Amino acid sequence: MSGSEPLLRVEGLEKYYESESDFIDRLLGRQKEVKAVDGVSFEINEGETLGLVGESGCGKSSIGRSVLRLREPTAGSVYFKGQDITTLSDSELRDLRKEMQIIFQNPQSSLNPRLTVNDIIGEALDIHGIEGGVSRDARIKELLERVGLNASHANRYPHEFSGGQLQRIGIARALAVDPGFIVCDEPVSALDVSVQAQILNLLEDLQDELGIAYLFIAHDLSVVEHIADQIAVMYLGKIAEIGTPEELFAPPQHPYTEALLSAIPEPDPLWEGDRILLEGSVPSPIDPPSGCKFHTRCPRVIPPSDYEFEQEEWRAVMSLRHRAREADIAVETFDAEGAELTAALREELDLPSALSDPEAEQVVQEALRSVADEAFADAERLLSETFETPCTTDEPVLRRTDAGRVACHLFDPAYENGASDGTAAGDGPTTSDGTSAGSAPSGGD
Amino acid sequence: MAMLEVQDLNVRFYTDDGVVKATDDLSYRIEAGERFGVVGESGAGKSVTSLALMRLIDEPGVIESGEIRFKGENILEMDEEEMRSLRGNEIAMIFQDAGTALNPSYTVGEQISEAIRYHLGLDEAAARERAIETLESVGIPSAAERYSDYPHEFSGGMQQRVVIAIALSCDPDLIIADEPTTALDVTIEAQILELLEDVATEFDTAIQLITHDLGVVAEFCDRVMVMYAGHPVEMAPVEDVYYDPQHPYTVGLMSSIPRIGDDRDRLQTIPGRMPDLIEMPPGCNFHPRCPYAEESCTRVEPRLVDVETGDPADPINSDAQTAACLAHTGELTGELDYEVTVQGEDAPTESGPASGTSTGANDR
Repeated sequence: MSGSEPLLRVEGLEKYYESESDFIDRLLGRQKEVKAVDGVSFEINEGETLGLVGESGCGKSSIGRSVLRLREPTAGSVYFKGQDITTLSDSELRDLRKEMQIIFQNPQSSLNPRLTVNDIIGEALDIHGIEGGVSRDARIKELLERVGLNASHANRYPHEFSGGQLQRIGIARALAVDPGFIVCDEPVSALDVSVQAQILNLLEDLQDELGIAYLFIAHDLSVVEHIADQIAVMYLGKIAEIGTPEELFAPPQHPYTEALLSAIPEPDPLWEGDRILLEGSVPSPIDPPSGCKFHTRCPRVIPPSDYEFEQEEWRAVMSLRHRAREADIAVETFDAEGAELTAALREELDLPSALSDPEAEQVVQEALRSVADEAFADAERLLSETFETPCTTDEPVLRRTDAGRVACHLFDPAYENGASDGTAAGDGPTTSDGTSAGSAPSGGD
Repeated sequence: MAMLEVQDLNVRFYTDDGVVKATDDLSYRIEAGERFGVVGESGAGKSVTSLALMRLIDEPGVIESGEIRFKGENILEMDEEEMRSLRGNEIAMIFQDAGTALNPSYTVGEQISEAIRYHLGLDEAAARERAIETLESVGIPSAAERYSDYPHEFSGGMQQRVVIAIALSCDPDLIIADEPTTALDVTIEAQILELLEDVATEFDTAIQLITHDLGVVAEFCDRVMVMYAGHPVEMAPVEDVYYDPQHPYTVGLMSSIPRIGDDRDRLQTIPGRMPDLIEMPPGCNFHPRCPYAEESCTRVEPRLVDVETGDPADPINSDAQTAACLAHTGELTGELDYEVTVQGEDAPTESGPASGTSTGANDR
């Protein structure tokens, strides 16, 4: 990225939604905010593609809409060709729509069933007063042919087309105004593989010919890898890792990227890889975890340096702590008491009968006693106070590594030797030579 | 005798526009404990096949002819009473969208124990206990507490686990899983597939897995049937289909998957789309999209044959790799000259079209 301004620059974008609430909640100020997008920054250069991946609910679609101001961003700026579009008036914004377009996931519901293809595409031309009369029809025919449809089908209705063809119409509609930037919101996830490949190729061809930049939103890393120049992996409203595909798929990797990659089913029956199975699902964004938002599912949380933990043990302790926080242990169902109950709890939580570090073992025993009394808050407090890890207290920031920018304490030199007195955390040196901390087996194949 | 044998199954839908041949002389079998994959694009007849097994084809659809023998008995001749005791008991089903498969107004526990009470004749308390055990076996934490929760209180992945628990509750011999992971995120998909794999091994349950995702099939299945326009175009043990595909459609499907780490600039595609099942192209249904099609393909309908010998396939008794393409009966002047490359350092070595994983019995 040189000194010249990128086509699109997003800075500290935030989009909060208010959670459902009734009158009394509002009266008492009990509304909660859902931080769908929580401070996201990225840049897209002319003619380039940024792929945005993540699981459902990570905020990727909210970004797509906020960037176009289809939904008002809560905070942050979106610069398009150097101009902050969050400050534009409605009429200025309307003019800008000629340059910024969107393709939706589901073409069946994003095309008006009562309009012919001619009118669907022509509407865009009419609104912006681009072409009229004879040249309008010619333009529509040209667009249809450009996206690989038969120009003579212009008078048909959407229901006469297949899913892949409808998506092509959606693309033609976006192209009608000759935009420089298109948000593609999961444009191929509703399509069969062979049709998906056709659409991906079409999008790439259009980019080569017309120099359009894409923000390509998808949940499938392999699709994004194919089309993107840069990929951003999102988790709970934040970017976990961003870089070129080569950088993203090479270590050092964010543990979440690693897990996402390894979860893709490999079309090769003899493939024997180590699959990283993430526990649970994405936590609710209404009450996101503290520190690194991924720590509740992360297989590589940094263990505290004052205690000796095996990786598995540490994981089990973290899971105990997490479940204590959520009060998600049904103690009364075990139907046991005293030592028997703690043994049953240990089994449920995959804790070995004794931890390798006797001091840690004592703490865990005490915590289990609290759990047995259903004093979950006590257990949680004890565990978090004794076993300090930066992953649960400090929010990681994106920092440059050898390969891309990663938001993970594993690659923060301040925590190189485990979680010692992490008081000096915050803005450590910005360049690190990426020798990753601790045991960091690379996933991949 | 295999556990499930489907022979010459013909399902037709009589619509206003004409007769849809949803399956066309479809034959296959599933052994006890086997994992059988059915792949194809939308409209290939995958779901109709599975609904036919449960006799759930509705108006205007009709099962016109054929036999579905489950443990030797023809399902199509059973009366409604016998059918009821089969469904959910010996053959269970997992649907794609767990959100709509569950009844929102009953607790999940009630939905599981309902089947248990009905099929196994257990009383309320025993059924409850068994339901909780099943919930535990599909990895739902605090199962006893979650028993009385409603479906909306579960996440998508957890709902799918509940649906799997319902399917498992009566210890069925065959589970039909219709796109069980399509609606889920990859990390959750991985969890669910692992779970299915575990329960299939533990309870020795056969699974018919219907999916459009070739990655899922590779990971999960022993044998695969690739369907196109209502009939199988290729059927073989999973390694053969992936390393040595014998039908141009299978090849097209494989090469259109975007893979991480491939340096292809463009994805390979299959031009055009699945034909209208009412007006099917004559000859080989695939010929309008096939890069190897010749004049004879537009006239002669290829039969499913053993790719080694060219003899008519016997999908019910043999495990040989079979494909429906004129190339295998010598009626094509050209050849299917594609190459299969296997990616990855530690994967098996590159195999040309001729290298053979052998055919023949391959029972598990």
